[in-house]
Amino acid sequence: MNAALAIFFVLAVIAVFGAISLIVQRHPIHSALSLILVMVALAGLYLLMGAEFVAAVQIIVYGGAVMVLFIFVIMLLNAGEEERTNFSRLALYAGIPLAVAVTGLIAASIVGSKAAAALPAAGPGTLTSTRTLSTLLFTEFVYPFELTSFLILVAILGAIVLAQREN
Amino acid sequence: MIPTNYYLLLSAILFGLGIVAFVFKRNIITIFMAIELMLNAVNLAFVAFSQALGKPDGEVFVLFVVIVAAAEAAVGLGIIILTARNRRSLNVENVNLLKL
Amino acid sequence: MPILEHLWIIPLLPLLGAATNGLLGWKWPNKLVHSVALTATGLSFLSALEAVREFVASGQQFFRKEFFDWIVAGTFRAGFDLQFDELTVVMVLVVTGVGFLIHIYSTGYMAHEEGYYRFFSYLNLFMFFMLTLVLAANFVLLFVGWEGVGLCSYLLIGFYFLRKSATDAGNKAFIVNRIGDFAFMLGMFLLFRTFHTLDFAAIFGQAGPIERDTLGQFGVMTVACILLFVGATGKSAQIPLYVWLPDAMEGPTPVSALIHAATMVTAGVYVVARSHVLFQHAPTAMYIVAIIGCATAFFAATIGLVQSDIKKVLAYSTVSQLGYMFLGCGVGAFSAGIFHLMTHAFFKALLFLSAGSVIHAMGGEQDMWKMGGLWSKIKVTAICMLFGTIAIAGFFPFAAFFSKDAILFAAFNSEHGGKGLYAVGLLAAVLTSFYMFRLVWLTFFGAKRYDEHHVHVHESPWNMTVPLMILAFLSLTGGWLALPALWGGKDYFSEFLAPALGSGEVAGVANAHSLELKLSGVAMVAATVGLLVAWRMYAKDVKQGKSEGLHKLLYHKYYVDELYHALVVGPLVWLSRNALWKVVDVGMIDGTVNGIATGTTAAGDTVRHQQSGNTRSYAVWVLVGALLLFALIFWPILRPALFGGVW
Repeated sequence: MNAALAIFFVLAVIAVFGAISLIVQRHPIHSALSLILVMVALAGLYLLMGAEFVAAVQIIVYGGAVMVLFIFVIMLLNAGEEERTNFSRLALYAGIPLAVAVTGLIAASIVGSKAAAALPAAGPGTLTSTRTLSTLLFTEFVYPFELTSFLILVAILGAIVLAQREN
Repeated sequence: MIPTNYYLLLSAILFGLGIVAFVFKRNIITIFMAIELMLNAVNLAFVAFSQALGKPDGEVFVLFVVIVAAAEAAVGLGIIILTARNRRSLNVENVNLLKL
Repeated sequence: MPILEHLWIIPLLPLLGAATNGLLGWKWPNKLVHSVALTATGLSFLSALEAVREFVASGQQFFRKEFFDWIVAGTFRAGFDLQFDELTVVMVLVVTGVGFLIHIYSTGYMAHEEGYYRFFSYLNLFMFFMLTLVLAANFVLLFVGWEGVGLCSYLLIGFYFLRKSATDAGNKAFIVNRIGDFAFMLGMFLLFRTFHTLDFAAIFGQAGPIERDTLGQFGVMTVACILLFVGATGKSAQIPLYVWLPDAMEGPTPVSALIHAATMVTAGVYVVARSHVLFQHAPTAMYIVAIIGCATAFFAATIGLVQSDIKKVLAYSTVSQLGYMFLGCGVGAFSAGIFHLMTHAFFKALLFLSAGSVIHAMGGEQDMWKMGGLWSKIKVTAICMLFGTIAIAGFFPFAAFFSKDAILFAAFNSEHGGKGLYAVGLLAAVLTSFYMFRLVWLTFFGAKRYDEHHVHVHESPWNMTVPLMILAFLSLTGGWLALPALWGGKDYFSEFLAPALGSGEVAGVANAHSLELKLSGVAMVAATVGLLVAWRMYAKDVKQGKSEGLHKLLYHKYYVDELYHALVVGPLVWLSRNALWKVVDVGMIDGTVNGIATGTTAAGDTVRHQQSGNTRSYAVWVLVGALLLFALIFWPILRPALFGGVW
């Protein structure tokens, strides 16, 4: 057990713990905070794999903007503790088996796939320089990149229109 | 040396937990957060493959996922606000106007 | 123009007439309608005459031409092939000639009827089918004509379709014919299986050298001939399928004359004569033909003795005379049978048309007990009818004397009970003379049994009386063609038909010449006896008595119709109603269709609950779909992972 593996397991446990906490908590604000915990753990995992830029983006954008937005909305809507209604019996009974099935299938294909087993280790990985990423972004992926800027514009407009007070 | 499979399995577990949250929680905002959790799990898988194959393409794609998730969160939360005002409740089971 | 090369003209002209009148005639004035119809039939008659002239002039004995391929399946071929031989000469002239005269008559008789154009359209259509039947060179085309005349019979019997009795009679005719047609088809199938062709020339050529079946042996030939004959009993109204013919009198009188006297009902006799090669190989079949013919002749004559409707008497008379024709064929005298067919066409058409004239004069009355004393009022009609009656009774020198005589002579000399056949035939001749003269006395003589103020008896117009006179002439002279050698002339008729029908000579009879003379004398005596008894009973004032005992039995036609109804029709209707309708149609078919609808609705009701309006359920369904898609795409990896094995 070397240091990398140990760090991996610690971060993994934190991430899973955060996810379970998201499920178990009753108040949405607690769920939001659990999600932040998950994201931070994942950022750590990215760093472990040498993807420094992605880790930074994860913390700044995801943690700093998206989750803050979530928390603001929770506060705005004055969300209280969750009600215990259960109109959908299908979701109640089929939920866990479904989740187990999906996870199981994915896990089975991962474990069973020889190609996946032949992959070299993912971490601790070589550092991916930001320069490499940006070169790729502005040469090979410039078209999707421009589209995303368009997408963000649309999203902003949409959000503004939707959240207006009715006149 | 951490084998790629470990990262992939962790991604699968997080994805499964996201599904559980998505199906079982009743607050609209919490369900949305479960979606974000699933997206994050997928990001982890992308980065893992990117590192294993030595190509940075996967990380570029992660960037795109983050961008889209952010845009989606913005618009989605706008809709949630409207719905919440309309139905005066944040319980997804009250959003049932399609019921016969 | 060489008609023989274009034989199809003869049937085609009436078909065109039928189509024109049928499709375009509904607004036309009567004159235009009957002009089309008469032109078509008249030209057809002239073409037939020309064809006959060419045929006889060319000296050949058999002409056959294929016009186009109709059915070609493997080695089997049935085409629109027409043939012409001596038998065809007789048939085609009778059909077109008598048909033309009846068309002329109909212009007068049907002049005030609704549906004038429809009548002539159907009549022309009938001519087309009948001509196809007699000109056909193979069984398939013959069967087309066979069925077609059945159809036209149905259409024309039910001409007054607003009358239930008429439509019922049409149905009865068609359905009973169908039974016969079924047997006919089985016969055709058997012939095809044996000879691998249905062409006349081919079959009769192949059949010639085959060994004869013995009497009592039911070989292929015998069975096939019996089946064909059953079909003939349907079309030609013999026992047991004669029951439709009396009912068919519901149709207009010209129809009764043309179809149910002169032409359609003779189709059965024609088929038997045409297939004489086959029948001569099947003595059992011929014996059956003779017996049934003889029995029917007698049976129908007994029923005709007591009928009060003038047309019904003539109908049973037709059945009886057809029996004679079959008797002739059955004992091997095919040309005698055809001879009687020809003379019968003349005098029976004459009798029916005269009856129609009487009915026309009486304003629609058909019951003889309401007639009487008409002789002075409608002289022409009465004289013509008298000619016809004398002819049918078989008095010398009128036509039927010769033909009936030939048949009875052949019967007398046939083996296996020929004397018995002769005796019954002779008895039937007595009865025939009796009931026909009864008809004459009741209708034209005695006291008037109708109300003079309500019924204005008037003679018919020229377009009705002229055909009557022509037919009367033919009834007198038609037999002279076959003055047998013993009378100082030549038997032109059977000599002419010999190439087509075989010589039919009665072989090895001692003193044939004087025997025939003796038998002719006996026939004359028989006819006279009938005449005298009828005169005694009916010529003076006479009243209709009560019907009881034997009279009742005969009047109700031996209750055969009721018997058939109880044995066949009733059970069939019961079966159709309770088994086929209630169980199969309503239960199974409707049940299936309705069941599918109900099932679909039920399924929909069940599936409907999936659309619950609950977002969480929808989320679950989305995930289920995603799961299935994932499994589908990753199956090559999943299968070994989950179930082991080598990837």
